[in-house]
Amino acid sequence: MTEPTTPLTTTNSAVLQPGPLVSVSALAKSFGHHEVLRSIDFEVAPGSVTVLIGPSGSGKTTVLRSLNALDVADAGVVRIGEVEVDFAQRPVTKQQVATLRAQSGMVFQSHHLFPHLTVLENVTAGPVLAQRRDRSEVAREALELLRLVGLEEKADAYPYQLSGGQQQRVGIARALAIKPQLMLFDEPTSALDPELVGEVLMVMKNLAAQGWTMVVVTHEIRFAQQVADQVLFMDGGVIVERGTPDEVLTRPRTERARQFLHRILDPLD
Amino acid sequence: MNEQTTQLVLDSLGPLLRATVTTTIPLTLISFVLGLALALGVALMRLSSVRVVSSVARIYISLVRGTPLLLQLFIIFYGLPALGVRFDPFPAAVLAFTLNVGGYAAEVIRSAILSVPKGQWEAASTVGMGYVTTLRRVVLPQAARTAIPPLSNTLISLVKDTSLASTIQVTELLRVAQEAAAPTYEFFVLYGVAAIYYWVVCLVLSFTQARLEERQNRYVAT
Repeated sequence: MTEPTTPLTTTNSAVLQPGPLVSVSALAKSFGHHEVLRSIDFEVAPGSVTVLIGPSGSGKTTVLRSLNALDVADAGVVRIGEVEVDFAQRPVTKQQVATLRAQSGMVFQSHHLFPHLTVLENVTAGPVLAQRRDRSEVAREALELLRLVGLEEKADAYPYQLSGGQQQRVGIARALAIKPQLMLFDEPTSALDPELVGEVLMVMKNLAAQGWTMVVVTHEIRFAQQVADQVLFMDGGVIVERGTPDEVLTRPRTERARQFLHRILDPLD
Repeated sequence: MNEQTTQLVLDSLGPLLRATVTTTIPLTLISFVLGLALALGVALMRLSSVRVVSSVARIYISLVRGTPLLLQLFIIFYGLPALGVRFDPFPAAVLAFTLNVGGYAAEVIRSAILSVPKGQWEAASTVGMGYVTTLRRVVLPQAARTAIPPLSNTLISLVKDTSLASTIQVTELLRVAQEAAAPTYEFFVLYGVAAIYYWVVCLVLSFTQARLEERQNRYVAT
């Protein structure tokens, strides 16, 4: 997996796609008898930001985790770039999972930094330990990424010595270090103290401005309004509404979306 | 203590020290290192999702923990020759202690691996690491922190358990003390010297354990 962009189609043929970077079709997933996702379809244009919103339990995190097969869908097709996995065709091999996973960088809600490694080692872990790239070259790139997230002076600190917001920014740098085509964010600010949310959103906003393709699960409606190109509102395992931030967030068509937005924007009302 | 006894003690210090350094300590260390390697394998088997594999590991652990160590030594040294398998005393002891440590430490390592949060496996996987790399570079270093205190216990117990090898003709510390005491009936002082030697070895190990734990704690908030 030294080259995440190596063409490796896992189904039929490698067709160069001028269109969307990501396409998801008919994605379905159950945990036991509970249907978490039913027939999810969407596309993500290169360089665009897609924000998934919805009540907890609506399936948005499962959608995100299906994009890198941390959750293996029961059915449906996920394509990122030239890598396509059809989850209905069993078994889904380790090789397929690894190849799909290499296409995206993942930022977790509770960072999952490696506590026994320094900040720099966390960022270089993927390229050095997994991709077997040259250590000094990777370290240079990693310092560049730490500068991007405003933490180059913390390179030698251990994760426990950082604030929650700093830890999350290291998590972003670590994900960027594998040079993915796509960045995934799973509620990156939900576990943070309110005053630390801004610094993380700021970094994400900068990434979006630099042209990164991003899929973000979040409750930060203001972030979605400012940064998203596409907003997907999920409820009960389906995408209930989709469109521009203005369409979905300002003028929602469905009652469910209206109620949800009302609850998070005016919790006391 | 009369002069004769004093002389006997002084004369025994050298041979007992030699037995400690040339037999008790090597027997302990070799068995422990081999036992740990075995234990890691058994722990991973025990964690395997393949039924047969985890059952084999489970049965092995149960046998080791459910039978006396002395009996395990006897079976290997006195019992196996009946099946045509013959060991010299030292290798027989190494084998018995290795198998024993393998069983006990496997449970320690298994629970230490399980104590590492699942998110660590996921995060490692999202930056491209496979099972072996994740285990080696992410999970085991963190599991070590949890495992060091109980594994130190295993090691310190092993130092003392090696005295059981005296029963299969290994000339380790206790046996040399026995041999020195037998003709003179000075059991008290000679066994006393042997006890002090065991104790000193264990003290050194306890000290090393404390240093190791300190080192492991460098990356956690205290």
